[in-house]
Amino acid sequence: MHEWALAESIVMAAVDEARKEKLKSITQVTIFIGELQQIEKEIFLFALNELSKSQKPSIKKDAFILKTEKSMLLCKNCGNTWKFSDMKKKLNEAESESIHFIPEVVFVHTRCPRCGSPDFEITKGRGVVLSSITGVR
Amino acid sequence: MEPRTSVIEKRLKHINRIIAVASGKGGVGKSMVASSLALYLSQKGYKVGLLDLDLYGPSSHIILGVKNQFPTEEKGIIPPVVHGISFMSIVYFTEEKPSPFRGVDISNIILELLAITQWGCLDFLIIDMPPGIGDETLDVIRYMKKSEFLVVTTPSKVAMGAVGKLLRILLELKKPLLGVIENMTMTDSSFIQQEVKRLHVRYLGNIDFDTVLEDSIGDPDRLVQTQMMKDLSRTLQNIKL
Repeated sequence: MHEWALAESIVMAAVDEARKEKLKSITQVTIFIGELQQIEKEIFLFALNELSKSQKPSIKKDAFILKTEKSMLLCKNCGNTWKFSDMKKKLNEAESESIHFIPEVVFVHTRCPRCGSPDFEITKGRGVVLSSITGVR
Repeated sequence: MEPRTSVIEKRLKHINRIIAVASGKGGVGKSMVASSLALYLSQKGYKVGLLDLDLYGPSSHIILGVKNQFPTEEKGIIPPVVHGISFMSIVYFTEEKPSPFRGVDISNIILELLAITQWGCLDFLIIDMPPGIGDETLDVIRYMKKSEFLVVTTPSKVAMGAVGKLLRILLELKKPLLGVIENMTMTDSSFIQQEVKRLHVRYLGNIDFDTVLEDSIGDPDRLVQTQMMKDLSRTLQNIKL
């Protein structure tokens, strides 16, 4: 249930933002889920809905829209680009779970598939991002 | 929008004091002081956490002899309790492999650890900082607003050159500074004491170079019996803990 902690950060950020914008209620929250973090969507959505109860401003039921963002990794050494899904099957369970908790340990457990360099960057699809909030003033 | 920053204050809400053990220079014994400080406070009956933020070269787990441990998942991650200390480190996720992180990755890791770690109620959270005034130091200052700094140096002029810069930036940012510990002393030189006083920072005392300290690495029961621990306890008498 590490998803719960991330869901809590989303709900708190959405409420903070809605207060700043003087919204009376939040009707829609769009969240991008980076492929690298390998979030269990059902657990995450359950946590979001549970944590949304009794918030001020209120969050409408089923307000959350989850969109998966495919990852893109770029090698700084040779310029190669690839997706995490291309290499996930080469990881053991412990390595994959570590990347689930801390996506940056992808630099520890994987290398560029073309040149073997550990010097690459995550250009897309790292983790959970709050994309937009819609509400009523 | 970055959601993780919103939840950090809540995660740290039930921690009474946060002490970052820092230095401008590597190799001065920060990890040993941080781990020993955590053991000292735990022995005094306080609820203590230890967060190793030296992400390139974590070593607190080696000092404490942490093996085959992993955080528990419960609405986040709960650090394992080791010798009475709730201990969190990147090493649970890196398996002792090399960690080639760039600056943006360091900040992301710190944010993630702070957002998902459930510390619960603590009297003290001790942070084992990496050397310098880089991302980790700036992120601790930014996200852990109630952090106080305990600075470690060796008697070396080289170490003090870098430590002086850290002290000056902490003073400029008006961060609470508990003082400076002079570690691994071998002579009676007053150089560090004078330099620290010149910056109007408290010199807390010295820890003599302990020739047999290495034998207690990985064995906290032996570590608390060392001359280093006795010297550290003496310097800590100069701080209100």
